[in-house]
Amino acid sequence: MQKIFRENIIEQLRQQINALEGHKQIPDKSSKKADLNFLDAYFPNQVFPTGVIHEFLSEETENLACTTAFISGLLSKTNAKNSFYIWIGNQKKIFPAGLKLFGIEPHQIIFINLAKQKDILWATEEALKCKSIQAVISELDSISFAQSQRLQLTIEKSKVTAYILRTNNNINSTTCAVRWQISAIKSYNNDVDMPGIGFPSWKIDLLKIRNGNPKSFNVGWLNGQFINTEPAKIETTILKVVG
Amino acid sequence: MGKRFLAIWFPYLITDWMVIRNQELKHIPFAVITQERNRQIIVHVNPLARQHGLHVGMLMADARIILPDLQTFKHNPQTQHKLLNELAQRCIKYSPQVSIDEAQGLFLNIVGCTHLWNDEYHYVKDTIFHFKEMGYEAKVCIADTMTTAWAVTHYGKEQIIAPTKQMQAILSLPPKALRLSEVIVQRLGKLGFHTINSFINIAPSTLRRRFGDEIVKKINQAMGTQPESFITIDEINPYQQRLPSLEPISTNKGVEIAIENLLEHLCLRLKKEDLGIRSATLKCYRVDGKLQQISIGTNQASINIKHLFRLFELKINQIKPGLGIELFVLEADNVEELMQEQKVIWQEQGESSLSEINELLDFISIRAGKNAIRRYLPQQHHWPENSIKAIADLNLLPENEWPICKPRPTVLLNQPEPIMVSAPIPDYPPMNFIYKGENHRIAKADGPERIEREWWLESGEHRDYYYVEDENGKRYWLFRLGHYSEKSSTKWFIHGFFA
Repeated sequence: MQKIFRENIIEQLRQQINALEGHKQIPDKSSKKADLNFLDAYFPNQVFPTGVIHEFLSEETENLACTTAFISGLLSKTNAKNSFYIWIGNQKKIFPAGLKLFGIEPHQIIFINLAKQKDILWATEEALKCKSIQAVISELDSISFAQSQRLQLTIEKSKVTAYILRTNNNINSTTCAVRWQISAIKSYNNDVDMPGIGFPSWKIDLLKIRNGNPKSFNVGWLNGQFINTEPAKIETTILKVVG
Repeated sequence: MGKRFLAIWFPYLITDWMVIRNQELKHIPFAVITQERNRQIIVHVNPLARQHGLHVGMLMADARIILPDLQTFKHNPQTQHKLLNELAQRCIKYSPQVSIDEAQGLFLNIVGCTHLWNDEYHYVKDTIFHFKEMGYEAKVCIADTMTTAWAVTHYGKEQIIAPTKQMQAILSLPPKALRLSEVIVQRLGKLGFHTINSFINIAPSTLRRRFGDEIVKKINQAMGTQPESFITIDEINPYQQRLPSLEPISTNKGVEIAIENLLEHLCLRLKKEDLGIRSATLKCYRVDGKLQQISIGTNQASINIKHLFRLFELKINQIKPGLGIELFVLEADNVEELMQEQKVIWQEQGESSLSEINELLDFISIRAGKNAIRRYLPQQHHWPENSIKAIADLNLLPENEWPICKPRPTVLLNQPEPIMVSAPIPDYPPMNFIYKGENHRIAKADGPERIEREWWLESGEHRDYYYVEDENGKRYWLFRLGHYSEKSSTKWFIHGFFA
């Protein structure tokens, strides 16, 4: 009993320190908590940060495919149904029919195709101003610190979450709260040597996370949920998910 | 159904108009004159002056002998066209297609209109009455062709020429009635052709040799065997707001104020009628007579002044004010009924308000173009390229669920790209493939999923799709085009990337 009490106090003190350090984005516990399964543990305060910039490195098309799916999964878990998302890019590559598997209604995504980087940035900023949008995903080649700062300022007013897909892996400092790199790993087949391809699995590199610790872990997608594919955990999670 | 035209002729157009403006003129003879070289010529006379023997084209000096105290007015060449245009706009109530005849008349295409007045007789009566009310004397005639109707209004007495009876109607009229050029009319006169009857039956080739192509063309047009051009007038936009400026405006700020002002008035008016703007045009008339215009469009009828102004604001730079703009005209080209959206007392984060999203999309589409914005709905087609359909409307929902029974990639190439493949025996998945110079050894595979082309849409070979994973865990969508054959090598393609 005393131990729990002490932990609570420490947790509160941590939050106070964070607040003093100027991190306003500490998620409110009372707000709708995303159900990300085991992923929550990786985020500060065990809450997936919304209303911030997430940056994804996806230079290769294979990674783009995984990132797209992962983001769809995140969106489906963190947002209300029937909400609209805006996807700004210049490639017309995303195949909406493939996204349904990851829990999202593909017709709720509004795609905006723009040729120039400048236009994409402009449209992203405008879209982020709109409070009716759940999330804005934009494919950008690169983004400078000043540009990301501008987006950050917009977000602070509107609390919309921005997902920036960088098609260029050259990292520079930006105002993003989380920087991800998602790459495909072998699909998982329930540890049995079954023929065919199993459920999608990815290696997630949390390269940067504000108020948290960068980590690297594996995650899979099964039955509309993120699952832990670390060898030690896999069997219990699958059993839990499949029932 | 045959064509029917109504020709209207205002024999005293200008003088009637002057009488309407100044009733005192009603009882005195007067004329409108113009200066030609160093003499004055009568251009228009009123009925009273005509009774005294005055006519159009008469020299003023001669007219003064007949009527020494004749009142005269200066001729303004623009008045006639303006007047006709105005009268044509009023005729919209008789027919949606109205054309102006520069010889003081109008043409109406009345197919499908007369039954609203019971029949052609009442239709004609009503038009004459309508103009009489306004103060204009009008002669009208209905016929199958414009030329015949015109001829009869000017030179005949009938008001309705029965269908296909145009030949009989014009036989007794003078050649002038065919709107021939002066030279031809004079030549016909010299040869003793005083009525159309006297030359209409001459072979066209002979007529053409003597009088040129024009006479044959006019006869054919009167008979209806050759088409006539019918240029409809521009309808006045009912939702229009004007803002003249005291001094020419040449700054962006000035234009902004003008737009705000116009939008305020227009939206107030539209709100009363429960309408909203779908597209609008701002016309800026410059001091030097040039016209500058910008247009905006919206995804959903809107009367939100702030939003509409934001749309215009993006385009203000396209207006070149030159020496200054003296008149702003805002027209709502397309209006639609306002969608009633329930007002929410407070909005939760991320709760979608369609109108807000629509406004955002309007704004982006001004810069990006309408075609840049798309949503996708599932289509009932197996062929991957046809399985989704692009739409723009935010309110449309899919008719059927998105299918998830078959694996579909999250990234699909616009065009399948050819790859080098080594596959064991037919219908087995490939062992490895080379894409962009990189060799991928395949570890796991699912398939094949055969997708046939829809033969009623396009022809070509079917595709056998394989869902494969290489040794590094990357997943691809490959397909083989058509069957294996001994004659030619099989073509393999990569079409998508799985998550």
